[in-house]
Amino acid sequence: MNIVIYDGSFEGLLTAVFEIYEYKILEPFICKENENSGSLFGNIHEAKSDKIKFARVYKKLKDKLTPNTFSQLYKTFLSEQKDIENVIYRYIVYVLASKQAVENNYAHPDVLMLQQTSRKVQREKHRMEAFVRFQLTKDNLYYCLIQPDFNVLPLISNHFEKRYADQRWLIYDSRRKYGLYYDLEKVSEVSLNFETDLNNAAAIKNICDESEELYQQLWQQYFSSVNIAARKNMKLHIQHMPKRYWRYLTEKRYKQE
Amino acid sequence: MNTDRITEKLAILADAAKYDVSCASSGSDRKNKNKGLGNTGNGICHAYTEDGRCVSLLKILLTNVCIFDCAYCVSRKSNDIKRAAFTVQEVVDLTINFYRRNYIEGLFLSSGIFTNADYTMERLIKIAKKLRTENNFNGYIHLKTIPGASEELIKEAGLWADRLSINVEMPTEKSLALLAPDKKQHSMLQSMEHLKNAIIQNKEEKKIFKKAPSFAPAGQSTQMVIGATPETDLEILYLANGFYKKFNMRRVYYSGYVPVSNDYRLPAIGTPVPMIRENRLYQADWLLRFYGFKVNEIVNKENPLLDIDIDPKLSWALRNLHFFPIDINTADKQLLIRVPGIGIQSVNKICAARKFGAITWEYLKKLGIAMNRTKYFIYTNNIYEKKDWQPWQIKQFILSEGKSKYKPNFSPQINLF
Repeated sequence: MNIVIYDGSFEGLLTAVFEIYEYKILEPFICKENENSGSLFGNIHEAKSDKIKFARVYKKLKDKLTPNTFSQLYKTFLSEQKDIENVIYRYIVYVLASKQAVENNYAHPDVLMLQQTSRKVQREKHRMEAFVRFQLTKDNLYYCLIQPDFNVLPLISNHFEKRYADQRWLIYDSRRKYGLYYDLEKVSEVSLNFETDLNNAAAIKNICDESEELYQQLWQQYFSSVNIAARKNMKLHIQHMPKRYWRYLTEKRYKQE
Repeated sequence: MNTDRITEKLAILADAAKYDVSCASSGSDRKNKNKGLGNTGNGICHAYTEDGRCVSLLKILLTNVCIFDCAYCVSRKSNDIKRAAFTVQEVVDLTINFYRRNYIEGLFLSSGIFTNADYTMERLIKIAKKLRTENNFNGYIHLKTIPGASEELIKEAGLWADRLSINVEMPTEKSLALLAPDKKQHSMLQSMEHLKNAIIQNKEEKKIFKKAPSFAPAGQSTQMVIGATPETDLEILYLANGFYKKFNMRRVYYSGYVPVSNDYRLPAIGTPVPMIRENRLYQADWLLRFYGFKVNEIVNKENPLLDIDIDPKLSWALRNLHFFPIDINTADKQLLIRVPGIGIQSVNKICAARKFGAITWEYLKKLGIAMNRTKYFIYTNNIYEKKDWQPWQIKQFILSEGKSKYKPNFSPQINLF
């Protein structure tokens, strides 16, 4: 086995794939640089992110795959799941080696894995589009903290930019320590040292616009008023709104505290 | 704004609106214009209440003051409850501020009828118009059409709203006359017809002038109350089918009756909500709309009621065992889609994958197909589970393996032992 190390970025991964072909590395095993446990046997090859190599693999995949499958591949990468690099690598090898389009051959384990993983990521993307709860600060910024299971910020940017085109907003991933900031012109990635306990009541009073508390209260009132007690179904409720998201949801947060 | 008063109003008017089931926010493609607020797409459920229902829209009544006296409705004239009314500006502020915080996809506005139908309808339109014109709001708006409102007003409503709906309320005219003497089924159907024609006309106009204003781009829907009156599923589904076919309805909603009254004409307070029946009706509705079933295959004179313990697709399959078993590798897509336990997503995957080679039993399991049901109806590589079993035997096997959440409710009999 030959270990190929990359820097954890999508660019890095495609560079690594390029170099495996370039140097004809046999039986490669791709892993992130900080996850390399150091194998006693086998060689280690370090693939440094390279714009040109990345672009060539990128173009090749764009030509070979439908837009939909290409996006599945990218989403699978964003899942950050263990060993996902090697699934993606095997998938690319399989796709490039086949003359006909094989991306729908769900009987192939890597094709199915890619499809299923990308769906999980897609679901998390959709959840974040649903579960973001903005709070309005005194200087007119709508901000929100999230901790998604997967790295979905790159996927939700477009949605929020189109929807909230006339307000400044910030969505910050406090697990991955970076966020998206929209300044009424464009969205940019920001990484800042954000206080992560901004969700407690005292902090809200200090930094939030005076209308913020009222609308949070109204939303909580609305949320409890539309419930039909005679149809109570907690199992379904939790299935749709898993508990791990509650601390970020205005309508659930106070009940929990 | 008086905080306590507005909170109280919201509590009253959201509570009164919650029996309207529809919360869809999809089907429209209103895009953000000139860096305004909002964008409409596939619809998002932003939250789920403890009853497991989706919260996608701010669903409220403008007022719960009503001159009608419909027995099944909390807001009926004769009911002794707190009444309240929003001002136009209050509804606009709530919608915009909830939307900006990403709580909702838009507004679902309905109302009790005050003064008369047209007066009420005008107020609803005013709110929608204000949101669109003064606030450049491109989120979703669903307006309830007040029964008896004039055609001109309905036409205007469609210019600002994404969806309009008129609730048929009861599956038959007889039940409507009994419980809602102020409402006439005839005039409701007439309004639906007007709406349908206006929507078709707008589509034609759009073909000629791309920039013609949209008219209710997400179409119309309706709702009926289930279990308050003695109609069979046959009557309900034939009516629904008629709505889909005749009026191009986007959705028909079935609302299991939640007892809100001691009226002798209705199930008593405390009677359980017919949730399983409602669920089976939705399943049947899906079969009609997406699975290519005809309504008389699901319910007919011999089977006027849907089975409560099994889903309507399985019921159909058990009544039609002569179609089965089918070969998963060669069967027609139209037939594959009718196999119990296989959904549309799985059918698409199977059809895509079998071009590359024969599909095995193991692969079907990996796909996440409910094999405990499916295995009686298909074969692959000559593996086949069915051994000339009778329909009732298959049903027993499936029921004994399954862990339906509804199981305790299946038997109407009291358990003696």
